[in-house]
Amino acid sequence: MSTESHRPSFLQRYIFSTDHKVIGIQFLFTSLFMLLFGGLLAMLIRWQLGWPGHPLAFMEKIAPEGMPGGIMVPEYYNMLFTMHGSIMIFFAIIPLLVGVFGNYLIPLKIGAGDMAFPRLNMISYWMMPPAIAIVCAGFFLQGGAAAAGWTAYAPLSTTLGPGQVCWIVAIIVLGTSSIMGAVNYVTTIINLRAPGMSFFRLPLSIWALFITAIMVLLATPVLASALILLLLDCTAGTSFFLPAGLIIDGIAQHNSGGQVLLWQHLFWFYSHPAVYIMILPAMGIASEILPVFSRKPLFGYHSMVYAIIGIAGLGFLVWAHHMFASGMNPTLGTSFMISTMIIAVPSAIKTFNWLGTLWRGSIRLTTPMLHALGFVSMFVIGGLTGIFAAATPVDLYIHDTYFIVGHLHYVLFGGSLFGIFAGITFWFPKMFGRMLNETLGKLHFALTFAFFNAVMFPMFILGIAGMPRRIYDYTQYAHLAHVGGLNRMMSVAAFCLLASQLLFIINFFWSLFRGKPAGDNPWQANTLEWATSSPPPHGNFTVTPTVYRGPYEYSVPGHAKDWLPQHDPLPSPGGH
Amino acid sequence: MLTVVLRLAAAVTVWLAAAAAAWADATPGVRIWLPEAITTTAPEIDRLFYCVLVITGIAFVLVEATLLVFLIRYRARPGRSATYTHGNSLVEIIWTVLPACLLLVLALRSQRVWARVRGTPPTPQLEVEITAEQFAWNIRYAGADGTFNTADDITTVNQLHLPVQKTVLIRLKSKDVIHSFFVPQFRMKQDAVPGLTTHVWISATKTGHYEIACAELCGLGHYRMRGYLTIETSEAFQAWLAQTLAEQQT
Repeated sequence: MSTESHRPSFLQRYIFSTDHKVIGIQFLFTSLFMLLFGGLLAMLIRWQLGWPGHPLAFMEKIAPEGMPGGIMVPEYYNMLFTMHGSIMIFFAIIPLLVGVFGNYLIPLKIGAGDMAFPRLNMISYWMMPPAIAIVCAGFFLQGGAAAAGWTAYAPLSTTLGPGQVCWIVAIIVLGTSSIMGAVNYVTTIINLRAPGMSFFRLPLSIWALFITAIMVLLATPVLASALILLLLDCTAGTSFFLPAGLIIDGIAQHNSGGQVLLWQHLFWFYSHPAVYIMILPAMGIASEILPVFSRKPLFGYHSMVYAIIGIAGLGFLVWAHHMFASGMNPTLGTSFMISTMIIAVPSAIKTFNWLGTLWRGSIRLTTPMLHALGFVSMFVIGGLTGIFAAATPVDLYIHDTYFIVGHLHYVLFGGSLFGIFAGITFWFPKMFGRMLNETLGKLHFALTFAFFNAVMFPMFILGIAGMPRRIYDYTQYAHLAHVGGLNRMMSVAAFCLLASQLLFIINFFWSLFRGKPAGDNPWQANTLEWATSSPPPHGNFTVTPTVYRGPYEYSVPGHAKDWLPQHDPLPSPGGH
Repeated sequence: MLTVVLRLAAAVTVWLAAAAAAWADATPGVRIWLPEAITTTAPEIDRLFYCVLVITGIAFVLVEATLLVFLIRYRARPGRSATYTHGNSLVEIIWTVLPACLLLVLALRSQRVWARVRGTPPTPQLEVEITAEQFAWNIRYAGADGTFNTADDITTVNQLHLPVQKTVLIRLKSKDVIHSFFVPQFRMKQDAVPGLTTHVWISATKTGHYEIACAELCGLGHYRMRGYLTIETSEAFQAWLAQTLAEQQT
């Protein structure tokens, strides 16, 4: 590597760096900031749901049009949940899981010096800030930012103002960034593995990121094309999604021949795989952390790999389960119900194997382990509640109610976000060379876990009571007159949930400068990233490591230590 | 470390208790749960719901309880080391086949109800046409001649009256964006899609006053796109039709 030949300038080193570790950390700071922003939007949503129509005085200065006198208007509410969903999914969770962990971990864990295409990698990060600028520009435009839901269903999305156009353009830019990242991950994993690192010696997190990258490559171009069609419908007068005879605001439109449901099919053809793009890497992280802190090999390595491949394959065949009530042919409903039931099987296999990993382990409840266990226990709820939505007749009732909002938050917060917290707390010592504070970390986990459940679990009950989602003022409905108390309780818990994140922020920045020095391998783990210094030098390894065994050889009988690193040349008794 | 887990469990319990309290007596006598079921098919959907609830509930309790037991029983203690094992093919097969069988049962049960509610509807005794627009439900009855779009059609806005114990076919259309016809007591939701005609059939089993909600985001007035549903006896329904027609013609 070129560290000896020339000293890179500050700009080359930290801003326009082609080092995968710097790019991963850039993604980390950017997407954590967006996570906080998305969380703040959620607080405004919870304010309106807890106390409909009550003024929030300071908001008048921030959003004089959206909250005149501090009282929220319906358009502003629609914008809030649209932007909350879009920012969390496209600008926080996907970049955190794929951008951060994909970039940071892949070369280190396969024993490579960097990505296959470092410059492409840098560009993939540098498309994110412009995308953020474009999507947020909507807040300052006439009519505000996008307000058609994160699903942007046509024709509604084509009737809204310039904020919606910004949203479409930003997602296209971000999709391009994802595609560039994915090309890089796939190429790197196939070509740059260290000697001895066969596919079935890859750590589960790398398997998960590999399959995720393939899903991104197959699904994201479909979203990009659909968005371009929607953009044309919005701006160029085309009719891809607009049928003849529309009368909008009393004005007859001149469209003809478009299909409204086509948008939904194309959108969900991307967005259902996207759900797995948001959960597979978190599953990989959990599969990585559970063996380390159980001091035990991962239970059923091969079935875990096949389950990931199964989920990814089936993930492309379930998209229309979002459309059971859409007016699509009911026979299609049956086939998508069946494929959705089938996809529950590999998810169950993964859960049981995680339990199998804990069985007869020697469990250490460190902060990353607690988050990984939080992931397993909450993902179970997310998965099981999905079965209600898969049962087509039940979905006719719970579709578009708070039941679905609860379900998706158990998958994306309980699942993805606990996985993200597990990953950040686990690899923080490697990224920054210092340990996080364990007491603060555990307190953060405990409060997050408790308040998360207090906000999200009652959503199932609201959904069962028939409360529709995306409703600015549910007190309009007589049949929802009695849900105010529960909603207020949830709102208080949501504010506490956000406040608890202060502990994480304090811990993060304090430890960045004052944390205990980590050493190379603070968790006594086996995979290759722990074989180099913390943080690793440019080029990662001074000598390319050779891999002798699988990644989870813990508590090997007859071995003095209870871990046996992948690059340790000792003969492996009974390992694979 | 165990104390953290216990404190955590205590915190969760307190919150669940608070939630349960809010749930049980938000308004005395009204529980936040499934609303009453007032069609012939709604109880079938409820039975399927409870079936899924029982199966997933058992799975949930088993998995979470196992997790907690393992965390306590296999916590790190001096002198005891972890068992070295990479897994077991037999248990892999068991925990693949068992969920697959349960899901198969659920799929078959779902399909039976699905075929009834969404398959070919039974011959209707009354047809109603609802055209949704931002932000109202335009309701049209065919009138005495049984043909839509003739002079004796009866039209209302947001007022849907239906006779009890009659098979009714509701045709849904939309003028502008997607809306969704949702009556919680029917356990039924159907999108009204511009460019398509979708339908819902019901046979009500109970008279009373209910609400129609729009369940698909349709713009700034989405939250107040509420309709009123009255289920009444055939005689009362006919009288209402005649009265509405008379008001319309004056």
